[in-house]
Amino acid sequence: MFWVAVLAVSILLYVLLDGFDLGVGILFGLTRSEERRHAMLSAVAPIWDGNETWLIVAAVVLWGAFPVVYATLFSAFYLPLLLMLAGLILRGVAFEYRYKTERMRWIWDAGFVGGSLVATFIQGMTVGALVEELPISNGQYVGGEFGWFSPFAVLCGIGLCLGYALLGACWLVRKCEGDVREEAYRLIPYLSIALLAFLVVVFAYALAEKLQVTQRWLERPYLFVFPAIGVIAALLAAESVRSRRDEVPFYMVALIFVAAFGTLAISFWPYMIPFSITIEEAAAPHSSLAFMFWGAGIIVFPLMLLYTVISYSVFRGKVRPTADRY
Amino acid sequence: MDLTALLLSRLQFAFTVSFHIIFPSFTIGLAAWLTVLEALHLVTGRPAYRLVFEFWLKVFGVAFGLGVVSGILMAFQFGTNWSVLARMSGPIQGPLLAYETFTAFFLEASFFGILLFGRARVPPWFYLFSTAMVALGTTLSAFWIMANNSWMQVPVGYVMENGAFVPDDWLKILFSPVLWVRFPHMLLASYLTGAFCVAATGAWYLLRREFHTEARIMLKMGLFFAAVLVPVQGLFGHFNGDYVHNYQPAKFAAIEGRWHDQQPAAEVLFAIPDPEAETNHFQIAIPVLGSLIGSMSFTSKEAGLTDFRPQDRPPVIIPFFTFRIMVGCWLIMLLVAWAGSYLIYKERIEQTRLLLWLTFLSFPLPFIAILTGWYTAEVGRQPWTVYGVLRTAEAVTPFLTARAASTSLVVFCVVYSFIFAFGTYYIYRLLRAGPEGRLVLPQPTAIPNRPMSVVDEHHLTPAARRVAAGEYP
Repeated sequence: MFWVAVLAVSILLYVLLDGFDLGVGILFGLTRSEERRHAMLSAVAPIWDGNETWLIVAAVVLWGAFPVVYATLFSAFYLPLLLMLAGLILRGVAFEYRYKTERMRWIWDAGFVGGSLVATFIQGMTVGALVEELPISNGQYVGGEFGWFSPFAVLCGIGLCLGYALLGACWLVRKCEGDVREEAYRLIPYLSIALLAFLVVVFAYALAEKLQVTQRWLERPYLFVFPAIGVIAALLAAESVRSRRDEVPFYMVALIFVAAFGTLAISFWPYMIPFSITIEEAAAPHSSLAFMFWGAGIIVFPLMLLYTVISYSVFRGKVRPTADRY
Repeated sequence: MDLTALLLSRLQFAFTVSFHIIFPSFTIGLAAWLTVLEALHLVTGRPAYRLVFEFWLKVFGVAFGLGVVSGILMAFQFGTNWSVLARMSGPIQGPLLAYETFTAFFLEASFFGILLFGRARVPPWFYLFSTAMVALGTTLSAFWIMANNSWMQVPVGYVMENGAFVPDDWLKILFSPVLWVRFPHMLLASYLTGAFCVAATGAWYLLRREFHTEARIMLKMGLFFAAVLVPVQGLFGHFNGDYVHNYQPAKFAAIEGRWHDQQPAAEVLFAIPDPEAETNHFQIAIPVLGSLIGSMSFTSKEAGLTDFRPQDRPPVIIPFFTFRIMVGCWLIMLLVAWAGSYLIYKERIEQTRLLLWLTFLSFPLPFIAILTGWYTAEVGRQPWTVYGVLRTAEAVTPFLTARAASTSLVVFCVVYSFIFAFGTYYIYRLLRAGPEGRLVLPQPTAIPNRPMSVVDEHHLTPAARRVAAGEYP
């Protein structure tokens, strides 16, 4: 149970933190001005690496604590997963390499935007495919190379790109001044409306196709607490955008993501891969979990959380556009 | 089961791990060397140590960054390509790898940050302590990886339950005698890598007649370290041979190029093994030496490959040659380190340009030795993934297609070569520029999570340099 919590926290942190910096990566492609690009990068440069670490943490916790899920999911999503990693690696080095060169900068910028887009799209698609249920029989994936592919999954991929872009825009509003902030404010309503439209379509699709998830929504009415939180957060976000309160929109959009995450997690419960492998079935033997718990679990994990908090508080406040380089 | 997918998966793993191993082995050695430098600086107060420290810290930053980036894939690859292995050995390998990640993250998080940006903010002893902690962190990382791999070489401390390896004795896993000869072997290899790269850089500057003081420190310390460590490495190499001899006789026979039982056994120095005819061509061998190396005896009988069923034999050619290349590199390093140390002791090294050239050109040797040594161990383990229990062919994801595997292999070849080329060029530029007059200044917005950012150093104005010099007399 402890490791379910650790895994959930790691994934949620990953989505929230890398979500905004992937979002910034996507928005990065919308502007050509070096000045703006520089400001955008400065807003995420100090923390992106720490953000991505949570993905690795989630992966190894998954392997250590739930080897069956690790083996089944990763092999099922073979191509998308490896492409996502290639995207993340490319965009990671682009941060550093783009400043080492003038002439070749466009390559790294392209890598940065492309990598961010691909990684985001694939993450969204993965969630979509999971909601739709993977073809699994006897604990073995049987879908073939492209078994995860479906219109619904693609839709979720696009949706997540919009979502992360929105989160990224809110982050920019929070961290930047001048041009970039104005531009981000201008984009937020469009992105929000697009995201809303997307949510409606996904919901309608799920109902129309009678996905098993919708069944669970009806069975567990308390689930609607989460969408309700989401709606309240969205309203507050809209209000704060209108009154230009820089700090607020990011937290509100983050809250929407938390609500969405909570909805998914609870509608899957007790399954880890819906609806074929439960947490109980997937868990590693007690001796493995205990070994991890007494070192990594109760000592290092809290320290990592603490460190994340500290590094964010060190870099709080606005990024000055006057700083010539980060 | 798709045989091509199996081969491609093995290629992909070999390619990505070879690419990755270069950087950690370099940074483990460098971290240890930085600790020694910082300690010397603290004791003697010589500013030159500080300069050399700052210079290598930058190189460390880039190499560390590349190591992190190339390592991301490793955490996923077990699940994507080797899902049967991942499922069966997850209860043992998963926690070991989790410890590695947690340790690495923690190291990266705290002490490396202090190294980069905390010089002015913490007392000198604490700075030294942080350097030592970074070195300890990289070492621990290596420990967890070696624990993982050693368990695959000689699995211990488990019971089989429901088709999975369930750990029943973690102490056995963590204190496996195999791990405790392989881990020091890897550690020493990393230290040698650091030492030779440092010595080679020093030799380069001396050949160019630049940075005289710093170059002398690098050359002297690098070669002295190496002169002591190379023989110790030889000893641990021998211990490694012992474990292979005892636990993996088929691998041992392949490395030795021994096809048939012999009593007393000869040691093959060179040959072209012929797996078809089960014999060696152009063989040069020394009688009795094989028994001496294998069992410390003049009369022992040593097993040959034909004792094993063909399906249980490892490939012969690769382990046979990679092992000899590794030993060859070791011999050359021994000669360079000893000759160089002797000349330094006699104060004649700077006049002996031949030896400076030799030292300079020897920097690839430790890398080659590490890669070939790793190939010997891993290819020699075949056809098993978990030795004697799980075959590689059974460990691969059963439904993986050749098309998917070749796509990912091509993607990673392209991405890695791209990154590797730039990264190496970048380290080269740093080394060429040399240590003079540049100090890493804490930058207001740079942070520890971005090791590569440390290289965005500022050129110091003469005034600032005087201040820096005054600060650290």
